[in-house]
Amino acid sequence: MKTESSQNSREKEIEKLKKYKYGFSTDIENIKAPKGLNEEVIRFISNIKKEPKWLLDWRLKAYQRLKVLKEPNWQKPKYPKINYQDLYYYSAPKSFKEKPKSLDELDPKLLETYKKLGIPLQEQKRLNNIAVDAVFDSVSVATTFKDKLTEKGIIFCSISEAIQKHPELVRKYLGSVIPLTDHFFATLNSAVFTDGSFVYVPPGVRCPMELSTYFRINASDTGQFERTLIIADKGSYVSYLEGCTAPMRDENQLHAANVELIALDDAEIKYSTVQNWYPGDKDGKGGIYNFVTKRGLCKGKNSKISWTQVETGSAITWKYPSCILKGDNSIGEFYSIAITNNHQKADTGTKMIHLGKNTKSKIISKGISAGFSDMTYRGLVDISKKADNSRNYTQCDSLLMGNKCGAHTVPYIKNKNSGSNLAHEATTSKISEEQLHYCQQRGLNSEEAVGLIVNGFCKEVLQQLPMEFAVEAQKLVGISLEGSVG
Amino acid sequence: MEKQLIKDFEKSFKNSNLDSEKINLKKEFLNKFIKEGLPGKNLENWKFSDLSKIIKTEIGDLSFYNDISSPNKIDPSIYLKGMEHNSIVFINGRVEKINLKFEEIDKVEISEDFQSDKTSLDINSLVNLNSAFAEKNFLLTVKENYSFKKPLVVYHYTNKKIKSQNLNLRLNFELEKNTSLKLIDVLDDFSEKNFINTFYSFKLNEDAILKNYKLDIKNNSNIKYSFTNFEQEKNSLSETFILSSGSDFNKNEINCNLNGNYSSAFVNGILSLNKKKHHEIRTNVNHLTESTKSYQLIKSVLENNARAVYQGKIFVSSDAQKTDGYQLSKAILLEDTTEFNAKPELEIYADDVKCSHGSASGSLNENSIFYIMSRGLNYKQAKELLINGFLLDVINKITDEDVKNLIKTMIGIKE
Repeated sequence: MKTESSQNSREKEIEKLKKYKYGFSTDIENIKAPKGLNEEVIRFISNIKKEPKWLLDWRLKAYQRLKVLKEPNWQKPKYPKINYQDLYYYSAPKSFKEKPKSLDELDPKLLETYKKLGIPLQEQKRLNNIAVDAVFDSVSVATTFKDKLTEKGIIFCSISEAIQKHPELVRKYLGSVIPLTDHFFATLNSAVFTDGSFVYVPPGVRCPMELSTYFRINASDTGQFERTLIIADKGSYVSYLEGCTAPMRDENQLHAANVELIALDDAEIKYSTVQNWYPGDKDGKGGIYNFVTKRGLCKGKNSKISWTQVETGSAITWKYPSCILKGDNSIGEFYSIAITNNHQKADTGTKMIHLGKNTKSKIISKGISAGFSDMTYRGLVDISKKADNSRNYTQCDSLLMGNKCGAHTVPYIKNKNSGSNLAHEATTSKISEEQLHYCQQRGLNSEEAVGLIVNGFCKEVLQQLPMEFAVEAQKLVGISLEGSVG
Repeated sequence: MEKQLIKDFEKSFKNSNLDSEKINLKKEFLNKFIKEGLPGKNLENWKFSDLSKIIKTEIGDLSFYNDISSPNKIDPSIYLKGMEHNSIVFINGRVEKINLKFEEIDKVEISEDFQSDKTSLDINSLVNLNSAFAEKNFLLTVKENYSFKKPLVVYHYTNKKIKSQNLNLRLNFELEKNTSLKLIDVLDDFSEKNFINTFYSFKLNEDAILKNYKLDIKNNSNIKYSFTNFEQEKNSLSETFILSSGSDFNKNEINCNLNGNYSSAFVNGILSLNKKKHHEIRTNVNHLTESTKSYQLIKSVLENNARAVYQGKIFVSSDAQKTDGYQLSKAILLEDTTEFNAKPELEIYADDVKCSHGSASGSLNENSIFYIMSRGLNYKQAKELLINGFLLDVINKITDEDVKNLIKTMIGIKE
């Protein structure tokens, strides 16, 4: 039997856990571009980043296109109209006007922030083998383990740096997967993107460590528009991780990133995301609008791109990491867990476009909704006429907790090739009373029992994550659902 | 098209005996249709089949005026043989004959001028077109505690007199408490290049059972659209079977509202297509209250440039706990020129539910063919055997033995 005091302390603990762990903001002086979206601002961004003319022209072209594009409105989660003129498109810590040469020159406050986030920037203190590129508001702060990577010929730096040092690579591949004219948010990103990560793995090299980027939105009224470009040359392999957090603010913040992956012959890219942007408070106030375009191109033969995502944050998540399977025998994979609680909304899924022969794709999507939230899986599997002998397997399962939330499945399945096989299945259910009873009988309380069952439900996806991330993700799954049962 | 519509509308109702109120209502629907136009790719529900484009390329200019002043002679050979049945015969959109000889007269009522609710009819532009032009709005009521003794067959017959015309047919059915009706729709076309737009509405009261079999087998070049609406009360049951194979284009839309506890809806269909045909089934099953059930099984066999589409949606409102919803679509693509598109959708707001869907498409299993051939059949026979087995699965879902056998002989499946 529980005593009153132990119950109290437990409640307190829950209260503490419920609070968004990364909700602090850092007081750092910022340089901002003038508010609003216009040519001047784009020139300002381009200028401050000392970009070559072709890139400025590219940005301006995107801006011209943006003027005629309309915001899409087919998605399930509706959001209040965003005033694009009321946002800052560039925000950088002041101490960054001249990029620091080494970690010692970094603003100590920034280092402290990343310490709070658990991102070990100082290499010597690091135990695990992950190279990190940290992006704070609009600029890349620091990249670790550079030397070790350079030895192998791997380029891992911020995209601004890549534009300066490796313009030929950037120019060749930037926008080759997500064209300038793609859709509203992708085009917006092309016009105003500020920073992000760049990875190039040379032919035949297997990247010896996990590469990781940590994104953080700090300043208020800013949008974060990062751009990531990963190129795996022939026969190479790279595993890339991405994590995100933001401070708690009452207003909604926009995050519209573009991520492009290119895998050449026999190359493999593994891209994992743990997205934990601030989801808004329990009444649905504030939070990040996460409108991200992620697309991978299996350009060469036998190439492989694998997306793994754990989506627990953001007020609205709206993204479809996709694979274009152009090379023969290429493989696309998508593993996803999306958890929504309180008033969060998520509309997420994937697109698998089969163009080459013998291409294979696999989609495993797990959606969990609780509270007043709404979860949608939206996906496309398109097998074109020439994609002989292609295979697709799709499984999307949803778990509902309570009758105030929703779980939806909207798959589009197109098959134009008789030699291909497609299978799709989806189920929606709740946690069965028997399972709960069984766990509780063995001494777990109801929340622990739910945590255990949910982790089991997500296991297939969690297994795909690199070790360090898997532990974090498992904890996140538990925390995100705290307070949703009972 | 707008001028043509107004001209044909005036011509159609110039000498009509409808009162001005009804004409005005029809005009309202006409204006709505003029505003919306024929559906095209910009609408989510028509994403895979652009009707405005299809009509433009296949038919060209449509005429909306249908001369129904003179009766047509009924060719007795159109009647189904080997099964006693009641009948309603439409020829070129005109009701020629209603024959309910097997039923008790006082248990069935037919009214000609049924006025359905104005707002409930504003479903989509094609239903609006139907509301504007449908000549008669029949309501067939089955009185309390009466079961139809024999099936009712509705013949949709067209002959060569019409071409490039739009026909609008409409039937309403109300099944009172504890009644049952078996309804068979036979589409029998000798005409070519017409656009036939049918609207059915069923109201099923407590304990009512309705079985509807829609058979489109005869090869023809008409373009067809049919919308069926179900309103189901407590413990009612509806069974729909669609055999879609004859027309060049056919889209069947079914909207089913399960309003009462323990009501259930079954939708099964076969799309067996060849020669550039394009057929689509779109369903929308709305579970609106507790303990309702729905089941859908759609199978397609495609060859020679054919295209099939299945768009199925299960909606479960937050009050509809204990819902059981199931949806499965399978397709066999026999040739590379064929195409199968599916959009099986779930929209769920209640947690204590069991909902699932599945969709699969691919070629015939070579291993199975090899197995059968190793037992002495040739390739063609093996293929036929496999396809028959594939389709038999759906046909066996038909609960009425007579109709099941009728359909089996119609498409030449032996067991």
